Amino acid sequence: MQTLSEQILSRAAGRTVSAGDVVTVNVDLVMMHDSLSPSIIRVLHEELGAERVWDAERVAVVIDHVAPAASVQTAEKQADVRRWARAQGITHFFDVGRGISHPVLVEEGIARPGMVIVGSDSHSTAYGCVAAFGSGMGTTDIALAAATGRTWFRVPETVVVRAHGSFRPGVSAKDLGLYAARQLRADGATYAAVEWHGVEQLTVMERMTLATLSIEVGAKAGLVPPTGLSQPVPEWLRVEEGASYSRVVQVDLATLEPQVAAPHTVDNVTDLSALGRVAVDVVYLGTCTNGHYEDMAAAARILKGRRLAPGMRMLVVPASAQALQRASEDGTLSTLLAAGATIGTPGCGACIGRHMGVLAPGETCLFTGNRNFRGRMGSPEANIYLASPEVAAATALTGYLTHPQDVSL
Amino acid sequence: MARVWIFGQDINTDQIVPGRYAPYMLKNEADLRNYPFVEHRPDFAPAVRPGDVIIAGNNFGCGSSREYAPLALRLVGVGAIVAPLFARIFFRNALNLGIPCFTADLTGVLQDGQEVELNLAEGLIITEAGERIQLPPPPSFLREVWAAGGIVPFYRTHGRFPGEAV
Repeated sequence: MQTLSEQILSRAAGRTVSAGDVVTVNVDLVMMHDSLSPSIIRVLHEELGAERVWDAERVAVVIDHVAPAASVQTAEKQADVRRWARAQGITHFFDVGRGISHPVLVEEGIARPGMVIVGSDSHSTAYGCVAAFGSGMGTTDIALAAATGRTWFRVPETVVVRAHGSFRPGVSAKDLGLYAARQLRADGATYAAVEWHGVEQLTVMERMTLATLSIEVGAKAGLVPPTGLSQPVPEWLRVEEGASYSRVVQVDLATLEPQVAAPHTVDNVTDLSALGRVAVDVVYLGTCTNGHYEDMAAAARILKGRRLAPGMRMLVVPASAQALQRASEDGTLSTLLAAGATIGTPGCGACIGRHMGVLAPGETCLFTGNRNFRGRMGSPEANIYLASPEVAAATALTGYLTHPQDVSL
Repeated sequence: MARVWIFGQDINTDQIVPGRYAPYMLKNEADLRNYPFVEHRPDFAPAVRPGDVIIAGNNFGCGSSREYAPLALRLVGVGAIVAPLFARIFFRNALNLGIPCFTADLTGVLQDGQEVELNLAEGLIITEAGERIQLPPPPSFLREVWAAGGIVPFYRTHGRFPGEAV
């Protein structure tokens, strides 16, 4: 009996492998983004001596980290990456505005169940939302994978987060993810994989919220079992009774309250209700964790017919162009705009503190993203609280951290 | 002699090099050598000397995949990093760049600013008082990458990945 990771890595290794084995595997897809592509391309050609990537149809390049370019340097480097992608014949090239690599590759059907996907971004665990083994790596590992179509892994043990029941109103996938970080702590799944069980009711992008948060407990991959997907699922990929798990965290969704990660670590999590009055200057809704259509819609349901608190800024940066398109078609976007929110170009936005909403010293941000590290979004003297899109919307209405129930749903 | 630099637990890659100081954002990429711990510990970059040792708490290097975090440490010549647990991506990046990383908790044993001798060949830290601290050797499949000076020379020499049967 195997875990999802063992099943996927066994197929990719061409033999049966178990947790603890060190294996070389074929990768199905290599993702690189604008921030690290210049260094990856340099290592590929200059250090590894490769002239071409191993398969131009299985290397995806996405301009999302500083999109659109914020300076002459970033513009010039993006121009270099575009030229390189054309010269290599890269078929899956996604330019400024298409969105963050992770939702884009899932929307495009390029990231699929059972695949091994390595990306130059730590949140590449995201591909676990369709039960792919997605894992983040740095420049040199990604260059090697792009050159050879292979990489190595130590097959991970698996930590299961098992949810029971249904969310209460105003509580969502982010709260489950933060609660798991609260239980496991920042290092609780280091070198392991996380499987999220009992979340069949979630959409693919809600599952991505959980999959992306898996890296915040140190995980190598974060997989949601492949149920109810529109894509075909390999018959060998399923949760097997009797698979061996290193730890199981049980979560009762019916009693789960909105969770908040206070500055400056993702595992500094408490119930929202346990925090006192925390004044907030800016609400930022976005990222691969919670910038999806579902997240904008959840915020719009709370903001509908109301206005932001005086002095409040609310930045909405959709995770993808497709999410923005959908929000524009069903009135979600106009609801957000009418409430006083503003919309940014789909992409990573201010999550890496480089542009589009960088924080000033002393400012407090309520962020739907995945990291609240000191200095993450700009000034090291700023404070970042992580929470769900529902808490984000409620907070935007009052100006301080607010339970969605307190502004009525 | 090597200076000991003590760091706490859960040191993340934004603390090692903030995303705003990435080579991608710089006019001159060589400036990266000025930015390790630029905000978290501004006295580090100006004073660190080649061969110095970082002694850190649990979960060193958590967060981003940015290889420029360990690269910045290599650029200033950090001789070794010792922590009870390394975050996975950081550990791989450091290994790939040939930075020796040892898994041990010495935060309560050594002091910031202390001068020690680092003997990589024998995996030893020797204090001025003559105390010999044995560092646990990494598993053999990692040691072979380390011996080659990083993953690129390893791969170019052997044509395979670590751990793979010869």
